[in-house]
Amino acid sequence: MSNHTVKQPSRRAFLGGAAAIGAGVVTSAAAQAQAADPLIVNSQDWAQSFGDGVDAKPYGLPIEYEADVIRRNVEWLTADTVSSINFTPIHALDGTITPQGCAFERHHSGAIDLKKSDYRLMINGLVDTPLVFTYEDLGRFPRENHVYFCECAANTGMEWAGAQLNGAQFTHGMIHNMEYTGVPLRLLLQEAGYDTSGKWVFVEGADASSNGRSIPMEKALDDVLVAFKANGEALRKEHGYPVRLVVPGWEGNMWVKWIRRIEVTNEPVESREETSKYTDTLEDGTSRKWTWAMDAKSVVTSPSPQAPITHGQGPLVITGLAWSGNGAITRVDVSRDGGKTWETARLAKPGEKMALTRFYLDVDWDGSEMLLQSRAMDETGYVQPTKAQLREVRGLNSIYHNNCIQTWWVRENGEAENVEVS
Amino acid sequence: MSKYLKSLTIALAASCLTAPAMAEKLGLGRAALPAEIAAWDWDINAMGDGLPVGSGDVLDGEEIFAEKCAACHGDFAEGVDNWPKLAGGADTLDHEDPLKTVGSYWPHLTTVYDYIKRSMPYGNAGTLSDDEVYAIVAYILYSNDLIEEDFVLSNENFMEFEMPNAGGFIVDNRAETEYAIWSDEPCMTACKDSAAITMRALVLDVTPELDGNTATTAVSATAAPEPAPVPAAPTIDMELAAAGKKVFKKCKSCHQVGEKAKNRSGPVLNGIVGVAAGSVDGFKYSKALRAAAQDGLMWSEVELAAFLAKPKAYLKGTKMSFAGLRKEADQAAVIEYLKTFE
Repeated sequence: MSNHTVKQPSRRAFLGGAAAIGAGVVTSAAAQAQAADPLIVNSQDWAQSFGDGVDAKPYGLPIEYEADVIRRNVEWLTADTVSSINFTPIHALDGTITPQGCAFERHHSGAIDLKKSDYRLMINGLVDTPLVFTYEDLGRFPRENHVYFCECAANTGMEWAGAQLNGAQFTHGMIHNMEYTGVPLRLLLQEAGYDTSGKWVFVEGADASSNGRSIPMEKALDDVLVAFKANGEALRKEHGYPVRLVVPGWEGNMWVKWIRRIEVTNEPVESREETSKYTDTLEDGTSRKWTWAMDAKSVVTSPSPQAPITHGQGPLVITGLAWSGNGAITRVDVSRDGGKTWETARLAKPGEKMALTRFYLDVDWDGSEMLLQSRAMDETGYVQPTKAQLREVRGLNSIYHNNCIQTWWVRENGEAENVEVS
Repeated sequence: MSKYLKSLTIALAASCLTAPAMAEKLGLGRAALPAEIAAWDWDINAMGDGLPVGSGDVLDGEEIFAEKCAACHGDFAEGVDNWPKLAGGADTLDHEDPLKTVGSYWPHLTTVYDYIKRSMPYGNAGTLSDDEVYAIVAYILYSNDLIEEDFVLSNENFMEFEMPNAGGFIVDNRAETEYAIWSDEPCMTACKDSAAITMRALVLDVTPELDGNTATTAVSATAAPEPAPVPAAPTIDMELAAAGKKVFKKCKSCHQVGEKAKNRSGPVLNGIVGVAAGSVDGFKYSKALRAAAQDGLMWSEVELAAFLAKPKAYLKGTKMSFAGLRKEADQAAVIEYLKTFE
């Protein structure tokens, strides 16, 4: 990927001319215009005539200059797009909330079209009264708001054997973070009169894959939400409209979309999604099952391969995301020399449980190359491991739950590449 | 699990601040009817609870598999292209690249039944009879050399079968094997002597190209409407084509149409109606189809309909593992739909 492929017109304009781009090490002083800036001294169309009236777009999409901030997939990963995954453009986002329109999708049988009026949720199994709820019924239960990340267990899964995909979007983009509105599953189970001896709930979706998963009862009663809004508006079709399950901190596969049935059981079903998939094979050939929690993890989103440094040396904002399925992020350290020395980054806000945390490290870049890494810590005291540490325990074949420290090699010209270091 | 429980307690304590209190039932929802529960509740757990009465043998399974599964999974369950391999891989789990199949990896046979009944055939889920599922499961076991060809699998003997990797799983032990050793105060200075690059993603070069000048090409990519059928000629019956779009769901797992269509296990079908057979660029046709093409086969509507009715009878040796569209109305509809793609 060459440098010019990732430039955006807005940034180009900001720099005051394309010539400044790709020049590599340019001091900010040199970037200052010698001649008067025509954008300032010349009259501009937008300053003279009208812009769009209201209602030009009753539901707005990002302006065309942001058209490269989109989900992308990696075609060779899957046989077709109906049972596949794509990636959130985390390299181009800031803050922590993921807009729904660019939040990654993962379907096992395609995103189905299910109207609210056709929606039914059944609760059965070990309950006093098996119940059926409509969408409207769900809206009459007391509801809660929570921000949670949803990470696919396979996020970073292509990096087990080595540095493969060149971009934070592709290495770490199977994640999104939204504010959900929904009903605690606990309330629905209470409404049906669940048998307190039931150890599990089995949850399944209305799509052809149905993606059934078994969830232990203590989690179901703790913080699982039956959600119908995200970031204030209806869920998108691709995220389970009209209703999905939210299983905070646990792997995305359990967040069943288009959820249609919840069964209280004594035994786990041991469905395809919890045996043949989403199990982690260790070096000796045995496999871990029920590895639900997503361990603490972080990544520098900028600079990164898709977000190179274009301004030359001087003030540089290094930023990224950190999260933990076991609680709140308490600290993120950044290394610029491949892990020899570390500096503690600034958290934009104190970490929140099972939600993305934004970190910044504001530096004065001298224009020399960097091996950028970030290392997250959560409230349990857990420290994000290196690739070597993970491999030592698990080998190379786990596929899932790769929460290793990522390295970007940032070169003197500002371009970055996914690498591994000794 | 201790960490999980600890954070659970903290979460519960914190949640008292904001969670709505609710002690009593609200009387929402209605009782589910037995017929409704029966329609949705047919999961089969690892204890065998939920297995329906029925049976199927390897030979029946082979036939059904060839018709309904082999297009993706291969005639011998060996998998086509990137589609899942269901057989093979015995004793590879501790190798560099383990081959995880039903035979080599799946711990419970119940899961195979549950999943096939629930989600297969791909694109036509839930259409198999209980006996057909038993037969397919038997055939998959046979493909893995786990049973003889005269074996009859039924709800009676199902739970006697132990999968080769049944003992290959342990419950998550990260708390003991990882959390304990990765919780030390981390090093901040002089953590290692050197950090040399040992591997580079650009050398491997498997990242998707971000199309040239992203800003402009991406604009057109997002601005482009869904590859909606564009009338190729005024003679197209759009209502019939719309019906054909539904029928085409049966074809979609192998064939693509529209602007971004690519050859998959079947060729792209844009502009297929009325052109010479075997003419799609870059698709590896079967010998049988290449021969027919040499003999001058043209995909007229009549020929296409005959092919679609019974592919394997029409063209012996075709790669198209599809049972066929028996209804003439379906054949006509799908052809009309294909005509909308130039």
